[in-house]
Parts: sequence; C-alpha cells; structure tokens
Amino acid sequence: MKVKLQHLAHTRSGDKGNTSNISVIAYEPDFYPYLKDQLTADRFLAHYAGTVTGPVLRYEVDGLAALNFVAHGALGGGVSRSLCLDNYGKSLSAAILGFELEVPDALRPRLRGQHVLP
Amino acid sequence: MKQPLRIGAGSAWWGDRVEPAILSAEQGDLDYLCFETMAEATISAAQVRSRRDPTFPGYDTYLDDRLRGVLPGCLRRGTKIISNQGWINPNGAAERIVHWLRHFGAKGVKVAAVNGSLITDRVLELTDTILENGKPTSTLTPSLVSAEVYLGAEPIVAALKQGAQIVVTGRVADPSIFMAPMMYEFGWDALDHTRLGAGNGLGHLMECGAQVTGGYFSDPGFKDVPEPWNFGFPIAEVMPDGSAVLTKVAGTGGAVNLMTVKEQLLYEVHDPANYITPDVVVDFTTTHLEQVGPDRVRVSNIGGKPRTPTLKVSIGCTEGFIGEDMFFYAGPGALRRAQLAKKILEERFKIVKLDAEEIRIDFLGLNAIHGAMSPQNQPEPYEIAVRVAARTRTREEAIKVGREVDGMAVSGVGHTGKRVPHQDRTREIIGVWSSLVPRDRIRPSIQFFES
Repeated sequence: MKVKLQHLAHTRSGDKGNTSNISVIAYEPDFYPYLKDQLTADRFLAHYAGTVTGPVLRYEVDGLAALNFVAHGALGGGVSRSLCLDNYGKSLSAAILGFELEVPDALRPRLRGQHVLP
Repeated sequence: MKQPLRIGAGSAWWGDRVEPAILSAEQGDLDYLCFETMAEATISAAQVRSRRDPTFPGYDTYLDDRLRGVLPGCLRRGTKIISNQGWINPNGAAERIVHWLRHFGAKGVKVAAVNGSLITDRVLELTDTILENGKPTSTLTPSLVSAEVYLGAEPIVAALKQGAQIVVTGRVADPSIFMAPMMYEFGWDALDHTRLGAGNGLGHLMECGAQVTGGYFSDPGFKDVPEPWNFGFPIAEVMPDGSAVLTKVAGTGGAVNLMTVKEQLLYEVHDPANYITPDVVVDFTTTHLEQVGPDRVRVSNIGGKPRTPTLKVSIGCTEGFIGEDMFFYAGPGALRRAQLAKKILEERFKIVKLDAEEIRIDFLGLNAIHGAMSPQNQPEPYEIAVRVAARTRTREEAIKVGREVDGMAVSGVGHTGKRVPHQDRTREIIGVWSSLVPRDRIRPSIQFFES
C-alpha cells in the first residue's frame, strides 16, 4: 500500500543561515528501513522542488532510526534576508510528511494516524 | 558533590516565556538555572539599536522580568545562575543583576561578567575567509556592524571557580552555557573530549527549553502531549560520567519521551557525527535513549571528539531593507480577486520604479509558506491574504511596498480587506556571515560584581 510519510515518521526542521535541516524519525524502528530505502536525498530534493535549491545531504542515524536531511538553499538566501513569511523555515518539516512510500499491507494496523488513513 | 547534578533551562530564546522558569526555580530543586537568550543576529541588532537609542542598555530586554521572577526561588534554594543575557554589555547586565539581588535583600552574592566575545574592531586582522561564499572577510568592511566569537564553557567555569554564584556572558555557544556547571562540579578537564562530548550533547538537548518537553512538537492525532498550554522547561539530572535523565517539574503540561528527545537531538544539527562546538566535537550517532519513567528519559553514550583549533566568528552586516504588508480577500472568488490584486501591484511597482533586489507576492492560504513547491491543484480557500515583500538597498525604496498597499484601499479590487497601517512596514536586514579565528587569539576576561 502507498502511505504518506506522516504515518511512519515524525519530523522537525532547524535553521542555520540559508540551510534547513529536516530530521525524519521513524515512529517505530521497524518503519526505518522503508524510510532509508525510499526517501533518498534526490527524492527529498525533488519533493521540495522550487523551494529548496539544493544540494541536499542525507545523514543516517541508525541507532535512533532517524534520517537527517541537510537542505542547502532552503531559506531564501538566509533567515534575515528571506522574503518568506516563515523566514526560519520552521514549517518546512511539515512538507515532507506528504511524501508517499510503499509499505506492506500488513503494516497498516501499526501506522500512526489511523483516522486519516485512506 | 552530591549526585546527580540538577540543571534547569530558564529560556530558549529572547522571547521565551518566563513563568516556566519561575516554576523551575521554585519547584525544580535546581543546582543551576541556565538562560539562553540569543539568536544569530541578536548581537548585531543590539549594536544597531544602541547606536540609535542611547537609553538601550545593551543586554536582554527581558532581564528584569526574568531575574525578578527567578531570584527569590534561586536564592532560597542556593541555585546558581548561568546566562548569556549580557549581549553587548555583560558588565551592565551584571550590575543590573546586583540591583535585583539587593532588592531581594541578598548581600555578598558574587556576580561575574564574561567579556571578550566581541571582536568587531579586530575581526579583519583575525579572520581570512567567509565560510558561506569563500570571499575574503575584508569584502564585508563597508557594511560591518558587529563580529563576535562563540566562546565555550571555559570562561564560565573559571568564574565559578572564583566563587561566582551568577555568571552573565556575551556570546557563548548555547550548549556550553549548560555544560559549564557539569565541568565545574564534576571537575571535567577542558580536553576530556569524551565527557565534554556527553556534556555538550546534553547542553544541546537543553538549550531550546520546551522543545524537548513537548514544545514545537504536537500534531493532533499523530503525536499529542497533555496540556500544551502549560509546558514545563527541561531539567537534566546529570551524573559525573555525562549521562543524565531529562525530566520536568511534575504537574506541568507537555511530555519528555523518546520522540521529543530525538527531535531535539537532531534540531539544527547537520552531520550528527560531527557537531562542532567551541568545547568539543559532539557525536550524536552513538546516543542511547531509554524511557525510565513518566516524563523521564535517560540519555547516555553521547560521544565526543577533540575540539577544533578554531572558534566560529559571527559577522553581522547591514544589507538593506525589507518592506512588507498584507491585505485580504474572502468569499466566493477570493482567489480571482487576489490574482488581479497581484497584477495591479506588479504594474504599480513598475510605475513607481520600485528598485528591489527581490519581490515576492504570495497568497497566504495557498503558497506563502512553502512557496513554489506548494501543490498547484488545491481547492480554492474561502479566505486568502495577499502578502507582498520586497528587499531593497534603501529604506526609501522599502517604504514603497506599504505605500502601494495603501493604494489598494480605495484604488484596488472589489471586496478588499485592509489593515490601517499603524505599524512600521519596513525593517533593516542584518545579514550574518561566518568565519573562523584561531582559538589562541581569543582571550575572554571576567569581571566580578557583588551585591
């Protein structure tokens, strides 16, 4: 089945200059391999096309079942220069929650946010 | 030294709430209460303000609120305070703290001011290259406002060794504020990178206050926390080996769990195996987390590597101005009216010859937050705000943005909702650049004051 990332992982963004780091943390360690396989740095950048200019680096923190994406060119030239209403990009971490992944149907009962599953 | 050492966070930024800090001072049984009050551009903004406003004292504008609130509890318990509220005037902040100590009848309390992070007058001789673009730092000369080094924990530890009960600093790396008490109380050596890695990692978890106790976290139906209007600030119960239990005052809202701690662990981190601070290079990848009770997470095995030979310098420069404003549409056809309004503004900006480096006209409700990546085929929202912003070299040009939005009141589109322009719709940009300075060229100094 195809599911949105929000059912598998939670995310948070942080700012530094013109770079936003967006962590993607599996709700359960069992979910982590699906993130690691399918949410590559290239697909991450494609998801943010037009908003993040790149490059995007992906760091894997296996011990915490988490990926850390470092998105360069994400904050309109830098927090203080950005014309974006959300100049710190605090809400950028929500966008990746809509990224779609393929997971086995058997995983369905364990997914977060059952009330909005298709 | 009794174990464990109890360290509380009193603020995560300048605008943070004060009540949770007071609660921790009263009920947290704290050995130390630590305040972090700066963002990247805080020092530069303070420099600009002090040039224009001679009455601005140059330290945290909420210093009075914070100290007046927490001092009674801290004095009763014997809680020491470490704070970077000194901004560009640590001595002035220390004198003000002495004022409040006397106000509460505390005599003979030693307050230390840590200076030496400001290097504006020497930055061009101490630094070579701008990290962000590889150009010489000398290219920043015409617009330079302020340059400050990120100091580490060592000068704070030195102040504590000389008997300070309150230490107030200028720019110090955020995690170092929280680690200094660990170094002092446990006798950690400044080159003991294993323990300093653990301590700085804990400092990183604490520096954003409620962000580790349920703040910047809730997402209804996916990850909820109790009473998200009533967060407690974090408390770390630290052991001499650099492990700790993170918790908060009982009865407060929010949560300390594996999810809140993991989110904060990676917050503003780039390479998790190499998080560079003035004191040490932290390796978060080895971290072990364990929920050991309600709102209690044990953090252990954060790694450390030897510190770098350089310190980071933050260089603030004036870079022009931003003009911005907003107006509103609602009801059937809100989007088509917003689209015409955008076209009108684009034409008006040509007519008034707006000289801008960048102009952005967004529809709040459709694309003002996530920008170009926002989905194209969304249902039309019932309400839309047109938000317009331009970056310009001069304030005169930036003012044109608000003035053209004013024109939309009687010369714009039907059904335009508009605010009366009470507020200043321009702001000065202070761009922040980074460079590196050899560690041995920086000599922090400590001055003592007594109540």
